[in-house]
Amino acid sequence: MKILVVDDEQDMQTLFQQRFRKEIKEGLANFAFANSGEAALQYLQQHHHEAVLILSDINMPGMSGLELLQHIKQKYATPPPVVMMITAYGDSENYNTAMQLGADDFLTKPIDFQLLKEKLKIKVNG
Amino acid sequence: MSGELILAFFLVRYFRQSQPDSSPFKKWDKQLLQTMYVIAALGVLDLVVFKNSVLNWVAHFFLLGAIGIAYVLPELRFFRNTVIAVLPFAIVSFLTDVVGLIHTPFFQKIEDYFEIIQICTVAWMIAMLIGVNKQRKALEKERQKREIEEEQNRFIAARRAELETMVAARTSELLTQKEELEHALMELRETQVQLIQKEKMASLGELTAGIAHEIQNPLNFVNNFSEVNKELLDEMEHEVDKGNMAEVKEIMKDIKENEIKISQHGKRADAIVKGMLQHSRLSSGKKEPTDINALADEYLRLSYHGLRAKDKSFNATFKTDFDESIKEIEVIPQDIGRVLLNLINNAFYSVNEKKKAWSQTPNTDRYDPIVYVATKRLDGKVQICVKDNGMGIPQKVLDKIYQPFFTTKPAGQGTGLGLSLSYEILKAHGGELRVETREGEFAQFIMELPFASVDKV
Repeated sequence: MKILVVDDEQDMQTLFQQRFRKEIKEGLANFAFANSGEAALQYLQQHHHEAVLILSDINMPGMSGLELLQHIKQKYATPPPVVMMITAYGDSENYNTAMQLGADDFLTKPIDFQLLKEKLKIKVNG
Repeated sequence: MSGELILAFFLVRYFRQSQPDSSPFKKWDKQLLQTMYVIAALGVLDLVVFKNSVLNWVAHFFLLGAIGIAYVLPELRFFRNTVIAVLPFAIVSFLTDVVGLIHTPFFQKIEDYFEIIQICTVAWMIAMLIGVNKQRKALEKERQKREIEEEQNRFIAARRAELETMVAARTSELLTQKEELEHALMELRETQVQLIQKEKMASLGELTAGIAHEIQNPLNFVNNFSEVNKELLDEMEHEVDKGNMAEVKEIMKDIKENEIKISQHGKRADAIVKGMLQHSRLSSGKKEPTDINALADEYLRLSYHGLRAKDKSFNATFKTDFDESIKEIEVIPQDIGRVLLNLINNAFYSVNEKKKAWSQTPNTDRYDPIVYVATKRLDGKVQICVKDNGMGIPQKVLDKIYQPFFTTKPAGQGTGLGLSLSYEILKAHGGELRVETREGEFAQFIMELPFASVDKV
């Protein structure tokens, strides 16, 4: 399973790699990272057939996670990639906008990796 | 008609008419009038029965009586001069008749002398009366003058009283006004203090969300990485048991890296909290040696994080160019921090507005918002520049930007006190603030602060 993580914090990459250490080693998950919305779109253009799941931060410099979500949902209608939003701001406004734009899930920081792993399993299997 | 009766008549008439209404002598008015009638009647009688000796004596009686009254009554003292004029004639006339009665032959012998004396007394009387009249007129004139003066004095006194009342009224009015003004001034001072505090809190409020976020982020990393390390240690234990030392070393390397990250993010949170505390702390009002580069850097980061958290789409690059030869300068750090925060916030606001406007109009070239903070050591002073490539300041508002309550931000978004307070703070430090700008291109605020006495090397 290919997972694209979009976050402007560089250390998120390290964190994901270590948290999914086993899964990466066992080949269950394959991670790609983008540190901005623009970079994420660029990546998708090049590898859109690969991306199965996108995890995106909302509050980023430049293109926000919500803009990215909108772009993805408009551009890649078939098959629609699974987009999960991750944000430090768990306010209802962000949540509603994300849901309206077609987000598949909404998580708040700090990320509960146990919960994330379960959700990912369901997405992949279901 | 005898001269005595005529004189008596005029004397009585004179007494009666010359009395002012206020005189106590007025109570005799009726009697005097009656006396006048009697004398007039006697005069008529005298004309009819010529040279009646009884009537002659009566005439003497009235004339001497009138003279006597003028001497006796203190109210008639004023007439004494008139009386003195008449007296010799009355006495001589009386004596003539007395002598005539007592010794007629002797009288006939000296009758000529009596006549001469009598003429003298008449002359005396006329001269005296003229004198008295003159004196009386002079007195009257004097009296009138005094009356006018008194009238004037009364008028002046009345006017004075009136003026004094007016002055008193005006004074009390002024006092009330003074009190009102003092009260208003006090209220204004209180309001000013409150406004300054509000402005400070507003800039702090703008930062709060960002600060919370900026603390939350590193804390998340601290928690996440320490959890990861725990997992890695379990895993490492497992690998040690298996004797897979290569893998153990690999895991150890990761743990070390993670520890470094934990420490980095911890320090990041620490710095933000310290900066926030310094901003919210009430100014000590005391100058102290301050590292101006560190202060500028700290507020640049605070402002950036604050705006980033507040506006989800906010994005800007910031660059610094600090002159490391500036060690410490004597300033009130909280105050100068506020100036820096105001100028930097404005700069970020400006580039963000330009970016928003840019995204709404078709542009072929990219816009990269940049805020630039630089310090420079000059002769005896330090220059701090805050430059942005934002909206710039239109010429027409350029001379208003330091006015209190002037703001170009939408209602409710700016207090309009930022630059005005900044200006005041710099003035209080003996420094200055000026701006260079081109509308639509850039704005550069340049503050200059004297080194003061301390320049520690």
